[in-house]
Amino acid sequence: MKRCGYCDFNTYTPAELQITSELSEISRSYIDLLIDEAKLARNQAPQAGAIPTIFFGGGTPTLMEPSDLARILQELKASFGFAPDIEITIEANPDTLSLEKLSQLRATGINRISVGMQSTSPHVLKVLDRTHNPANVGSAVKWAREAGFEHVSVDLIYGTPGESLADWENTLREAIALDIDHISAYALIVEAGTKLAAQVKRGEVEVPDDDLMADKYLLADQLFSAAGFEWYELSNWAKPEGECRHNIAYWQGRNWWGLGPGAHSHIDGKRWWNVKHPATYRDRLLAGEFPAADSEILTATQIESERVMLEIRLRSGIARSSLDAAAIDRLQSYVAGAQLDAQSWADGLVVLTQTGRLIADRIVREILL
Amino acid sequence: MPAIELSKAPQPAATNPAQIRNFCIIAHIDHGKSTLADRMLGITEVVEQRNMRAQYLDRMDIERERGITIKSQAVRLPWRSGIDGQEYILNMIDTPGHVDFTYEVSRSLAACEGAILLVDCAQGIEAQTLANLYLAMENNLTIIPVLNKIDLPAAQPEKFAAELAKLIGCEPEDCLRVSGKTGDGVVELLDQIVAQIPAPVGDANAPARALIFDSVYDTYRGVVTYVRVVDGHLSPRDQIQMFSTGVRHEMLEVGVISPEPVASKGLGVGEVGYVITGVKDVRQSRVGDTITTYNNPTKVALAGYKDPKPMVFSGLFPLDGADYPLLREALDKLQLNDAALVFEPESSAALGFGFRCGFLGLLHMEIVRERLEREAGLSLISTAPSVVYHVFSDDGKEMTVTNPSEFPDGKIASIMEPIVRATVLAPSEFIGTIMELCQERRGTLLGMDYLSEDRVEIRYTIPLAEIVFDFFDQLKSRTKGYASLDYEPIGEAEGDLVKVDILLQGEHVDAFSAIVHKDKAYAYGVMMTSKLRELIPRQQFEVPIQAAIGSRIIARESIRAIRKDVLAKCYGGDISRKRKLLEKQKEGKKRMKMVGRVEVPQEAFIAALTTDADIDKAKAKAKS
Ligand SMILES: Nc1nc2c(ncn2[C@@H]2O[C@H](COP(=O)(O)OP(=O)(O)OP(=O)(O)O)[C@@H](O)[C@H]2O)c(=O)[nH]1
Ligand SMILES: C[S@+](CC[C@H](N)C(=O)[O-])C[C@H]1O[C@@H](n2cnc3c(N)ncnc32)[C@H](O)[C@@H]1O
Ligand SMILES: [Mg+2]
Repeated sequence: MKRCGYCDFNTYTPAELQITSELSEISRSYIDLLIDEAKLARNQAPQAGAIPTIFFGGGTPTLMEPSDLARILQELKASFGFAPDIEITIEANPDTLSLEKLSQLRATGINRISVGMQSTSPHVLKVLDRTHNPANVGSAVKWAREAGFEHVSVDLIYGTPGESLADWENTLREAIALDIDHISAYALIVEAGTKLAAQVKRGEVEVPDDDLMADKYLLADQLFSAAGFEWYELSNWAKPEGECRHNIAYWQGRNWWGLGPGAHSHIDGKRWWNVKHPATYRDRLLAGEFPAADSEILTATQIESERVMLEIRLRSGIARSSLDAAAIDRLQSYVAGAQLDAQSWADGLVVLTQTGRLIADRIVREILL
Repeated sequence: MPAIELSKAPQPAATNPAQIRNFCIIAHIDHGKSTLADRMLGITEVVEQRNMRAQYLDRMDIERERGITIKSQAVRLPWRSGIDGQEYILNMIDTPGHVDFTYEVSRSLAACEGAILLVDCAQGIEAQTLANLYLAMENNLTIIPVLNKIDLPAAQPEKFAAELAKLIGCEPEDCLRVSGKTGDGVVELLDQIVAQIPAPVGDANAPARALIFDSVYDTYRGVVTYVRVVDGHLSPRDQIQMFSTGVRHEMLEVGVISPEPVASKGLGVGEVGYVITGVKDVRQSRVGDTITTYNNPTKVALAGYKDPKPMVFSGLFPLDGADYPLLREALDKLQLNDAALVFEPESSAALGFGFRCGFLGLLHMEIVRERLEREAGLSLISTAPSVVYHVFSDDGKEMTVTNPSEFPDGKIASIMEPIVRATVLAPSEFIGTIMELCQERRGTLLGMDYLSEDRVEIRYTIPLAEIVFDFFDQLKSRTKGYASLDYEPIGEAEGDLVKVDILLQGEHVDAFSAIVHKDKAYAYGVMMTSKLRELIPRQQFEVPIQAAIGSRIIARESIRAIRKDVLAKCYGGDISRKRKLLEKQKEGKKRMKMVGRVEVPQEAFIAALTTDADIDKAKAKAKS
């Protein structure tokens, strides 16, 4: 088993952990630990109501046994309760899926699946170090629908060194043709410490070209909206009712609890993150201790920074009235430059246009200066 | 033994002027003045063997690192003459050789009756040999010609004795031969100093008159003032008075340098030493002023010095705006050590608050900047050096411009620029090369003389601005290092000059304006615009960069708008990290300078103001 070269998620392969037991066994004991943490969470957050969304991600959760996923869901439902319209997503590598597996997953209550498609170009997948067969994406999506998933999404990555505009257009056209209601498309980030970063540093792989990525973004936005997918976040497009409510919660600064090694949580202005190593995580929980590695209590300024930084990513935008006069003044030139939508501005909202979305971070700095 | 133990030697304030000899060592740069001074310190035993180090009197770090003398140093040396067996006091002044510090030499000359003209006899006569010789002659000093470095295998003492004799008008045998390295001939030289240089004359009973020829700020002792007593007497009990201001000071200490400061009972006629008054304000002790006593003041001041005229101007700005007061303080202090430095506050839209500083030349500028940086712990940006222009408008108004950004906008009738008389000495094989260079730099040939069969002196008038640009570097590289250059200002001439402005998105960047000859305006414009295009980061709009003369654009470039400045992915675990990155970027944004709407990082300004030569120098320094 192998990790993708661009991925900086907190992932470990069994070899790295020097585990020789069967994957199914790892899955079972891991879920036992998650259940332990969920129990601690229940005690810590006694006022928490029914759960509106759940997301299995940050790795390849479809490597786990559906029965184990069912156990953790049962535990969560028992101790917190589920909202009637709960959204439960799982991320999936297309190679790990079959109709049978998907039916089992659906049976656990999971109703949304996000398939890591990334690209249809074999040479792009190679640079990304992705081992999946691009042909499997189509069948995975088809089976997911057959298995009864209400929402199906694919993840795409653009700007990979060696990817031409035509390569990207191909990927886009194939994605649009799928029976899905959601697409995420990310400009490749060369994250420090990844294999990809090392390759770039050694000059084996070119640095992704920002201008070309901008062209690719514009192309994606154009093709998506023509196919009925509307942007609701910088890198996310959905058909009506297809938005991922779980992720919207991050951008709206809501509370969430992350279970598992290295998972981040946010509750009422406090952020914490769990110890990263699975063995440490296990030891902590087996000792009955809380597995957090560290935490921070956000200051008012930090909360405001995060609010601006996150809300601006959304199509719903930021209320102009929530910004100070000087910031509003500085933003005028972006309205004039058509990077902020003039109509929304007139309606009292700061909403990015297509070109504005491409320089969102700059606009955030302008607001927060 | 001709050395005399200090305690047994004639004491300050009790030395008969007839026993005193005051002289300085003058030469072209690197001909061995400070090394010869070392031997004199050793042979007269004022510095013990075990305390000796090379170029003992080059005390500043910057002098030692660069191996050049910047400040003159005066030392009292007792000596028993081998000729008449009598005791003498020699006041020796080691001087700098570089053309930028000629002013320092001329001040030292005013404290002396004689000069040793030193010539490296592997190099021969060079440009500052001549310049310093003429200065000494103008001061009516007795000149002792000395050939140095006779130990070198490449030495040609016969040849250069003939050149030197021809120059001074003496016989070749009159040139002494020494080695500052081995000490050969130095005892004889000391005896000849006693024999040839006249003793100082002055009236011991007249009101005290002492010439301030240097003053230094010392962190512990305040202002230390170096003086040469002409008439009367200074004692530690006196109250002294500055002739020019009439201000009275208590005297805290009087002494001599031997070669460390030694307090004394006073200073008498002809003696050289220092006084300390505890004054902290550096402006109270002006070089060239006459010190007298409060109780019995003189009515006639000593001749003093012409104020040195700064020839090159540049803006100095602290990298951190908050350091502005520190910079002012540091400049004040340095000015006391360095009478040639002038400055006044300046503000630049691009660089903030700083000072417009005047220097004697490029080396002087470099040294001042480096001393400010190391002595006051400052980080500075300096703008491109400029000379002083006189601009006449159509309606006859005259304006002095030391800063290109102050160049008047209206109609201009004429512009006068400073002109120097440049003297180049070089082997005759380089005549063609040198003339070509001078011609390129708008020079006019004045004349040429053969100093010997294969050595020529070529004289040109050239605009100072050309010299300030990179004339010397070019001269050195085109003559394989064999040519030497001296120049002195001789007035002004009308120049066909224009001001080139640099505009970012239509906004003037004052720090980059330059006054250049019409024929070089285009090249300057192209160089600056393309440099800035590389240095300024992309903005959210396209930024045109233009070079303009008045409203006429002569060169243009543009920085394409940035199209992507966003991280595509921001989920739960990314949020803290991204916020921290944002906080860092906000700090970076605060350090940006705004030119209109364009954000320019300070580093871009620094890099744009840095010449390739500076970069090479910095690299060379980093390597060594
Ligand atoms: N061989 C030899 N080298 C000498 C002699 N005198 C000086 N030097 C060398 O010449 C170089 C310059 O010597 P300095 O004494 O610093 O010259 P300077 O004239 O004081 O130089 P500035 O103060 O910068 O004008 C040094 O490398 C000395 O070691 C000498 O008599 N013989
Ligand atoms: C947490 S996100 C998935 C959210 C999901 N699209 C949804 O809406 O439910 C995981 C995806 O991020 C993308 N990704 C991971 N690392 C990346 C990187 N270094 N640069 C760009 N995108 C990356 C990949 O497309 C991966 O499938
Ligand atoms: Mg010296």
